[in-house]
Amino acid sequence: MVSVININKSYGTLQALQNLSFEVNRGEIYGIIGPDGAGKTTLFRILTTLLLADSGMAFVDRLDVEKDYKQIRNIIGYMPGKFSLYQDMTVEENLDFFATVYNTTIQENYYLIEDIYKQIEPFKNRRAGKLSGGMKQKLALSCALIHKPTVLFLDEPTTGVDPVSRKEFWEMLKRLKNQGITILVSTPYMDEAKLCDRIALIQNGRFLKVDTPKNIVAQFTEALWSVKSSKMHRLLKDLRSHPEIITSFSFGESYHITINGTLKKEILFDYLIHHGHSEIEINPIQPSVEDCFMFFSKSN
Amino acid sequence: MIRFLVEKEFKQIFRNSFVPKLIVAMPVLMMLVLPWAANQEVKGVKMSIVDNDNSTFSERLIHKLDASSYFRIVDFSPTNDKALNSIEIGDADIILEIQSGFERELVKTGFSKVMISANAVNAMKAGLSSSYLASILMDYVAELRNEHGGINKGINILVIEPTFKFNPRLDYKVFMIPALMVMLLTMLAGFLPALNIVGEKEMGTIEQINVTPVKRLIFIFSKLIPYWIIGFVVLSLCMGLGWLVYGLRPTGSLLTIYLFSSIYVLVVSGIGLIISNYSNTMQQAMFVTFFFVMILLLISGLFTPVTSMPNWAQKVTIVNPLKYYIQVMRLVYLKGSAFKELLTPFFALCSFAIVFNTWAVVSYRKSK
Repeated sequence: MVSVININKSYGTLQALQNLSFEVNRGEIYGIIGPDGAGKTTLFRILTTLLLADSGMAFVDRLDVEKDYKQIRNIIGYMPGKFSLYQDMTVEENLDFFATVYNTTIQENYYLIEDIYKQIEPFKNRRAGKLSGGMKQKLALSCALIHKPTVLFLDEPTTGVDPVSRKEFWEMLKRLKNQGITILVSTPYMDEAKLCDRIALIQNGRFLKVDTPKNIVAQFTEALWSVKSSKMHRLLKDLRSHPEIITSFSFGESYHITINGTLKKEILFDYLIHHGHSEIEINPIQPSVEDCFMFFSKSN
Repeated sequence: MIRFLVEKEFKQIFRNSFVPKLIVAMPVLMMLVLPWAANQEVKGVKMSIVDNDNSTFSERLIHKLDASSYFRIVDFSPTNDKALNSIEIGDADIILEIQSGFERELVKTGFSKVMISANAVNAMKAGLSSSYLASILMDYVAELRNEHGGINKGINILVIEPTFKFNPRLDYKVFMIPALMVMLLTMLAGFLPALNIVGEKEMGTIEQINVTPVKRLIFIFSKLIPYWIIGFVVLSLCMGLGWLVYGLRPTGSLLTIYLFSSIYVLVVSGIGLIISNYSNTMQQAMFVTFFFVMILLLISGLFTPVTSMPNWAQKVTIVNPLKYYIQVMRLVYLKGSAFKELLTPFFALCSFAIVFNTWAVVSYRKSK
């Protein structure tokens, strides 16, 4: 549905995208996971015909993003990371406007947005600028869907949205996928990755890995431990100076470390006590997508 | 398609808390307050002389006038009609007609008449230059009186009867009003749409429009058209106000005014689009606009006549579209100039429209 072949884009000396190639299949939710500044928005802007790549080719539904941009604009829906609807127009006026712009009406494709739109319908006479973050996001999604696109591009749709709305939002995406819409979604939240059919881990304009979330986690073959102690700040330094620990990253309240095969839990325990730590907790854990991302980004 | 976009623009304009007030306040303020507040100094007035006497006295008077810094004698005409013609084509600003028998009468009766005719399209200039001229004449008379102690000891030897062409009551307001309409149209039709486009850039809404099938040109027109309409409504409103409050009606044809206004609107829209292409934020666009409006206004002849400017500045005004449009408005409004007399500003404005709009299109392509 979407194919990208050797795309390059740079802003001055900064290489935003480096030789990127990938394929998105029809009807899948394809997640592009990476930190801020990894090149996600640049990639989306190229695919939505807003930006030209320096070199390489990209196709959306077999249409060239450079030559056939006019046709592409009819079949894609784009929700930019920043709320980009008219804040001084009401919810209904915005939706109506975008329907008109695509030469359609709200009624025609109402079934597609019904689930989403009926949640904001009570506020249809409120100006878009006065909506809460979650409602803005629902309105933006409605507007991006009103012309029944075949491919939907969502650039960080859940940034700045509360956890409940985020969960609802992903459920909506599942339903849209069942309607046959291909969805490309970017997010900096690793926990959302497992909700995608396939994910691409992106960093510094390069894909680290592309696979299903399950396979990506399965590729993580190192032993992974979670470590805690009473002196968390010193702990990271001490862990990093241990010769048999390969990586150590901060994960919320604990550190996740990968070790080479020979290190034993008890030996690490003694090592940490020796360095003056107390209340030490060391537990082997299952890796998450985030662990994979950190590990792969380090080993690249 | 464009109908919906324009409709949306109007909806947004009238929903804005500031713009509708501006649209009402600007013409009212400009028409009712500003014409009362201005002043001006006059120098280097171009003078045409009709010397019907050709005597020593008239010769001496002319030399005296030539020596003053206020006047620059540009031509000698055989008849008053010829001299008036040179005012009409813009070569002269003031006429001094010395009647035949000037010297004879002066010597014999002690009285003589000269006639001063001033082009009062620029009222302040006409008023001041005729009073300068009058005082030079008085001075000359005093000189004569000293030399020929014998000439009549009466109070007034010369009787001066100035008539002001095109603005008989020498009203500065009459001179300002057409020019203020120009300012209004510049702001409304040129810079508001530019700010509006940059606003969409800043809010990011332009991204959302750009991914839709809406063509770029249609989008831009949908931005310009509402302001063009508002601009013309306000212009008509101003002309109405000018008539109601100052009893000022265009002497020339309304059609000429609207024709030139249309071309001018294209010019300023073009400038506005260029600014919007190069700016990323409203703030940037505001500053750039402010900068250009200031400069263009100051060298437009709105407040100070172009002819009083130093040579280099006069050359700069050649590329100032405001100058031409102000010129046209004043000429048509006060002097009733017909289209065929306005060919220079017509071609100048047309070329500006072409150059700026081409530049706008090219710079848009680049920014993409």
